[in-house]
This record gives sequence, C-alpha cells and structure tokens, in this order.
Amino acid sequence: MSAVIRARDLGKRYGRRWALSDCTLDVPAGHVVGLVGPNGAGKTTLLNLAAGQLTPTTGDIEVLGGRPASGAGQLARVGFVAQDTPTYAGFTVAEHLRLGARLNPRWDDALARDRIARLGLDPGARAGKLSGGQRAQLALTLGIAKRPELLILDEPVAALDPLARREFLQGLLEATAEHGLSVVLSSHLLSDVERACDYLIVLVDSRVRVAGEVDDLLAAHHRLTGPRRDPARLPSGQDVVTASHTDRQSTLVVRADGPIHDPAWTVARLTLEDLVLAYLDSGGQTGRPALEVLR
Amino acid sequence: MIWLAWRQFRVHAALTAGALAALALYVALTGPGLADAYARGSAGCGGEEACVRFAQTFFLDHQLSFTALSVLVLVLPGVIGLFWGAPLISRELEAGTHRLVWNQSVTRGRWLATRLSLGGVAAALTSGLAVALVSWWSEPLQRAAPQHARMEPLLFGVRGVVPFAYALLAFLLGVAVGTVLRRPLPAMAVTLAVFTAVQIAVPLVVRPHLLPSTTVEARFTPGNLRGIFSEGPGEPVQLEMSKPAGAWTLAEQTIDGSGTVVKGVDVSLDEGPCAPQGSPPAPSAQCFEMIDRLGYRQRTTYLTADRFWPLQGIETGLYLLVSAGLAGFTFFWLRRRIS
Repeated sequence: MSAVIRARDLGKRYGRRWALSDCTLDVPAGHVVGLVGPNGAGKTTLLNLAAGQLTPTTGDIEVLGGRPASGAGQLARVGFVAQDTPTYAGFTVAEHLRLGARLNPRWDDALARDRIARLGLDPGARAGKLSGGQRAQLALTLGIAKRPELLILDEPVAALDPLARREFLQGLLEATAEHGLSVVLSSHLLSDVERACDYLIVLVDSRVRVAGEVDDLLAAHHRLTGPRRDPARLPSGQDVVTASHTDRQSTLVVRADGPIHDPAWTVARLTLEDLVLAYLDSGGQTGRPALEVLR
Repeated sequence: MIWLAWRQFRVHAALTAGALAALALYVALTGPGLADAYARGSAGCGGEEACVRFAQTFFLDHQLSFTALSVLVLVLPGVIGLFWGAPLISRELEAGTHRLVWNQSVTRGRWLATRLSLGGVAAALTSGLAVALVSWWSEPLQRAAPQHARMEPLLFGVRGVVPFAYALLAFLLGVAVGTVLRRPLPAMAVTLAVFTAVQIAVPLVVRPHLLPSTTVEARFTPGNLRGIFSEGPGEPVQLEMSKPAGAWTLAEQTIDGSGTVVKGVDVSLDEGPCAPQGSPPAPSAQCFEMIDRLGYRQRTTYLTADRFWPLQGIETGLYLLVSAGLAGFTFFWLRRRIS
C-alpha cells in the first residue's frame, strides 16, 4: 500500500506555540480518509502542511512522493479545499472556472461545467452572493476539476447545514468514484466521516491514536461487559482501549485480533462514533474532547 | 496567470484610465491656447519692463492650474501605493483567497511575479503619462516664471524620470507593507505615512548630497544684487544676490572679511551711500564700494541647472534599487513567513 501522505516527526510552531509536534503518520492511497480529532489536535495544520500552504518547522512530509508545493508539477497533483472554502467574492462562478482553467494544466472544463450545471449554480452569479453551501460546492468543483491525484479537504462542511452537508459529501463521493482519486478530509463531525470515509485516522495531540479501514476497525473493536476483573489479565491479542468499572462489573472497549470466546463477557459491537470516542477518552486528557456528534 | 492578475486589476485600470483621459482632455483643450497666448504675449510685449510685467501677469493668471497639476503629479505615486500596492496581497490574506489561488498549479513566486509586474508596469506608465502631459502643459508657465525652475525641490519630483521611479517605489512599498500587516486598512495607513516621509526626507536630506554642490563667494555688484533690505528699524540689514538661472540654492549666507557668517551688514539704509536713491530706488555705486571695502561677500551653495539630468538619473537609480529590495523582501516574506 503506497502512502499519499507520509509524515515523519512533523512539527509546526507559531511563535512559542506548537500547533503540531512529532507527528508521524501514513495516509494510504485509494481511500477516502477521514481525519478526526478534537479541536487543537493539529488537523488543520497537518493538512495545510500537506498542501504546501505551510512549511514545517521540524520533520519531513512527503505527498505523493514529493515535497508539498515544491513546484507547479507538484501543485497540479494535489487539490486543496481550505477551511471555510474561500472564493473571490467579486468573481462570478464562470470566472472561477476560468481561473481554474487558466491556472491548471490538467483542468477538466467539461467536468467543471457539468458539475456547476448539475448543482444548479448560475454561472453569472458572483461568489459573494452565493450561500455557504454553494460556495463550498464551487470550491470543491475547483478542487475536483483540477484533476488532482490527491484531494485534501479541511473541514469542508463545517459551515453547512445538514442537507447541504449531505449534498456536498454526495458530490465528493461521486467524483471520487468516477476519477479514482485519493481523498483526505478532516472533520469533527463523526456522522460525516461515517457517511463519506472508508479509512479513519484519529489524531489526538499530534499523535495518531488509531488508523485503519473503517470496516476493519469496526470488526476488530468490541465492547465487553461482565463481572469485574483486572483488564491486565485479558488474553494476548486483546488490547484494552478504555475500561470502566463499578463494584461488581467491568465495561471494556478492546481491540481484538480474533473473535472473543470468553463466555463471561457480553460482547457488543461498537458504532464508529463509540469507537472514536473511546480512543479520545483513552488519552486521559482532562475535560471532554471537543468532538461534536451530529446525526 | 496574466488573466487572473488582469481580472483583479481591471477596476483599478479602468478608473485610472478614466482619470488619465480626463487629464489628457484638459491638457489638450487648454494647453495649445496657453502656449499660443504666451508666444504672442512675449513677442508683442515691447520693452523689457513690459515683458517682465506680461510674464508675471501671465503666470499669476494660471498659477492655480499650474499648482493643481503639479500637486496631482506629486501625490500620484502615493495614491498608487495606497490603492494599488497596499491591498494587493493584504486583501487576499484577509479574505483567505490566497489559500484558493496558491493551490492552483502556479507557484507562489510566479503568482507574485505576475501581479507585481502588471502593477509595476501600470504604475510606471500612469506616472509617465501624467508627467508627460503636465510637463508639456506647464512649459510656457515655467518660461514665464523662471523662479519655478525644475531644479526646485517640489518641481524636481514631478518632472523628468524620477516620478515613475517614485510610483514604482510607492507601489512596491504598499505591497510589502500589506504582506507584512495582512490587513488592507492598516497597510494603507502605514504606506501613506512611510511614503510621505520619504517624499519629504529625500529633498531635505538626501538629494543635496547626491552630487557635489558648487559654493561661491562673490562680491556684491550692481549686476548681481537682488535686494538690500531690513525687516524694520534696528534690524540687521540683509543682502540678497541673484542666483544662477535654474539652479537649486542649498544655502546662502553673507560673510564678513574674516570669513565669519554675519546676520547683517554694517551699513545704514537711512543715510549715507546705501540709502535708496532714484526711481526705481537703488543703492548708489558708493554703496557697493563701501560693502566691498568692509569685506562682505555672499557665500552661496547651489546645484546648477545642468545637474538636473544626472541628479534625476541617480535618484531614479536609488529608488529602483530600493524598489528591487522591497520586491525581494516581499518574495521572501511570502515564501517563508506566510507559511
């Protein structure tokens, strides 16, 4: 499995504050990867480093085997839709497409026009007059019609209402399927990740807590409920993610290589949300993780 | 990329083209008449005294327009820096659109180079056109009023090639300030303040030292004395000497026989040889003899009229050098600091 993003000991400092430190991760190709984590985990910084908007203070990052934004060729291979999906307020929709056509050698004009028509966007409308959802769609269209090998989206749906969010993610999935591109998107909305992503990376405090294909992760994680016992005495191959105990009863979230055979446990499957929350809990940080759960 | 740079510039371009067209129209409508009136007036004025009077009246009649047009060219670079330079990058940074445009398949360096080139060429062209129009229009007025020589500090900055370098400098200063401050309004304020300071400081402290000036110590003669006066009873009696035509006087002092600078000369205007006589009143020949005997000389430091083009060349080169430095700084800042 080749990596589209490969970070080693990556760090970014603003003044005295480290927005990201010692981050090591691999993002595999051919997936729609969801990057989740609490606010301040370094998601935006990581994605901006990958897009070449930022340069690292320490460590290395490789994107599609090259240094981010190292030249026009590298820029052409990576699409980036920044947070809040910026567009030129004074430009019309058609002018944005023209901008894309002028600035990108692999620009797919038919694709762009087709998407705009399907979305029902008026080509003559100024971007400043569009709704947040329409602007996000316009920014996504620019990102897709550029025909990148990797598309990076930083909280693309954060400002959208639920319906617009669903439409946006739908459009993203269609484009992904059609053009076979890899996608990395960050979100703090787990429902979006569940809907759109087939690979999950949980980032807490610059560290990868867990990473893997969503189906594999769901199959490998269980909630065990049973008589109280010491989690350290579980058989090998079963790693405890979180444990909570009452006087007589223990509830564990474990990651297991195979099925759980111990009859003392009541075994339940986890939802993706439970799974992510379990990993965020296990960090032992004070206070609740700032992760919103929206359905 | 040129398309994008032009698309973002076209409103400025249209406004500027409109303003230049208005200026050209005014100059085209009034310029020929002005030149004609001066040519006819100075040919048909008759005696020397009448010609001087004609020239004075002619200049006074058009002084308002002359001043207005000169001021227009003087403030043009500042306006360019303020409205073209300062918002160029800062507006992108404020709106976040840099994150859109820097992720197309164009490097930041090329993006900046294209935008700076378009703005820089437009700034130089605008300024060059305005200078050409106003210089041509003002020509008969400057001939009528030789005291308004192009070496004079204010006119020097609105004639020749210096204004186009000024415009380029103001534009790039605005861009650099905007890139650092990241907000258009503070960037505009700082650009205006810094550029105004440059425009004041250069004629005062830089320009006088760019070329060696000439210092002469001359005796007073009836031919070179421009005035002998006192500001009131008991005040020192001062002497003024006429200056070389078109020169820029940097300093003028009266010295006594020992070479010391004096405030006034030790002669009386109320009685004796220096009391005004005749019509128009003038000091007598004995007065000059007396001043000479007392050892008074006028020490004048000036840059002669023929230094105009060398001075323009040096100053233009200086501005271009600073402009290049500002552009380089902006490239550096955009690549290293905004990341």
